[in-house]
Amino acid sequence: MTMQGERPILEARGLTRRFGGLIAVDNFSFSVSEGAIHGLIGPNGAGKTTTFNVISGFYAPSAGRVFFRGLDISGRKTSALAAMGLVRTFQGSTLFQEFSVLDNIRVGRHLGARAGFLSRLLGTDRQSEREADERARETLAFFGLEELADEPVSNLPHGHQRMLGMAVALAAEPKVLLLDEPFTGMNPEETRCMMALVRRIREGGVTVMLVEHDMQAVMNLCDTITVMNFGALLVEGAPEAVRNDPAVIEAYLGSAAADGAGHVA
Amino acid sequence: MPETAGAMPAAGTGGAIRQLAWRLRLVFLFAALAALPYLLSYSQQEIAVLLVINVLLVSSYRLLTLTGEWSLGHVVIMGVGAYASALLAKQLGVPVPLSMLLGGGAAAAVAAILSFPLFRMKGFYFLIGSFAAGEIIRLIWKRFTDPFGGPKGLKRIDPFPDIETGFLSIDFYEPVNYYFLALVVVSASLFILYRIERSRIGLTFHAIHWQDRLAESVGVDTFRYRTLAFVIASFFAGIAGALYAHYVGAVNPTRFSVDQMVYVLVWAVVGGTATFHGPILGVVVLTVVNEIVLRALGLDTVRPLIYGAILILSVLYLPNGLESLGTRLRARLQHWRGGPDATGSEPA
Repeated sequence: MTMQGERPILEARGLTRRFGGLIAVDNFSFSVSEGAIHGLIGPNGAGKTTTFNVISGFYAPSAGRVFFRGLDISGRKTSALAAMGLVRTFQGSTLFQEFSVLDNIRVGRHLGARAGFLSRLLGTDRQSEREADERARETLAFFGLEELADEPVSNLPHGHQRMLGMAVALAAEPKVLLLDEPFTGMNPEETRCMMALVRRIREGGVTVMLVEHDMQAVMNLCDTITVMNFGALLVEGAPEAVRNDPAVIEAYLGSAAADGAGHVA
Repeated sequence: MPETAGAMPAAGTGGAIRQLAWRLRLVFLFAALAALPYLLSYSQQEIAVLLVINVLLVSSYRLLTLTGEWSLGHVVIMGVGAYASALLAKQLGVPVPLSMLLGGGAAAAVAAILSFPLFRMKGFYFLIGSFAAGEIIRLIWKRFTDPFGGPKGLKRIDPFPDIETGFLSIDFYEPVNYYFLALVVVSASLFILYRIERSRIGLTFHAIHWQDRLAESVGVDTFRYRTLAFVIASFFAGIAGALYAHYVGAVNPTRFSVDQMVYVLVWAVVGGTATFHGPILGVVVLTVVNEIVLRALGLDTVRPLIYGAILILSVLYLPNGLESLGTRLRARLQHWRGGPDATGSEPA
């Protein structure tokens, strides 16, 4: 039923991140299997985004470690992680708004289009740039955005901008894609379309980890779900198990609801 | 490329015509620039030399601003090039053309070192940090009389060597000749700056400006690219400084003070930094205003006041700089002729 491999491709052990006296992430551990779609959920303020920021190198962990394909990557630079194949997206429409759609993807292909300074200057990078452009157009076609290649991003509707954000990340050819709230602010139709895309990305051999509030989408999409609360691990398991876990219901709805859960169901 | 072969010819002819038009425009520009000094008086020729040098200064500054960082130390960096080239020629007897190149190299090296503290900061903090770094360099020049000459600076800097061959003799003490030397060096530098901006490196600089976190997340080492922009910009500022030093023959710390930096900022802002030619337009127009209009009216003593007024007016009424005037005029013209596609429907 799932395409998961045995060995974890991404793993956190005892991850902790403090901001002054506040402990945003507290001794948190999880492991993502290769080829999985792995959800990270939790009530507001549970520390999901901070966890993402630590994994993706925007913050260094205060304690604990992150492993990527067995390598300790704790505290490495975001750009170095991207070069290793760990790429993240951002909440909302974080894009190069002043660029055309194609130029956004071209920046996304930064790592794939290597050339020396002199060859840039002399224009002898033309071959590698042409390849980069072709790959960029392929990426756009994958998301059905090829018609919009020359449009300025600011002209795009919100749903397309969100897809483009994912396309930019995918252009970097990640092995693990970290999606930060990919469905937020989307209508059901757009969400369905986006879910299909995430599945196709996984079929292309990319492991996906996502933070999301849309419970229905997470339950339908993910093989494994990790639930966080107050910065710590609450439950990890298959969607069905997580959905019915009293601790999860309590975290989301409060203890009164958990007591009455049997009654309501 | 077999799969794009079908689309190539159409794009090719359009591109070729555009390229031809562009080249023709360049030929006219250079012809005008070559004729210019012969239309000017001696003192105006001297101003033209400084103007050409300032074009390189403000254009190199623009390259740094592509990454979104505005420095207050750019003129000091120019000074590093000037001092380095002057000292290499004076003290070590390095031939002047080579010392100029090494002056640019020295400016680039100083920028590379400064990158480590400065690019831990962004925006306003970078601005202030770059100002502080520049003041430290200026204090070093003032404090260490040997070799920097202290507050009085360096004098009797070796001039650019005369060219003496059997049939050709060029004396670079003549402003006309130095004008052409500066024109060649600055044109070559601008060409390189332009190529950098149009390449993927330029795209990456812009990307860092608009969304540095997103750029970083797809593998752009934003620190390295900010440093690269700073180093390239500083190299060409250093070249501008070296051109200045061997022309004027004297440099001192005051020449590279923050007052001078304000002029660079005004040129860049009034011209507009969105395009390559914006800052060049800014420095040319403001120099002409300054040297011809203000001097003729006897107002050149209140230059800072007028510059300030021009800055405020341009920010209020021309926020995208002089460069946007062209586009605006074209739009207005089209409007008068009637309809947005008036260019295609000329009366037969």
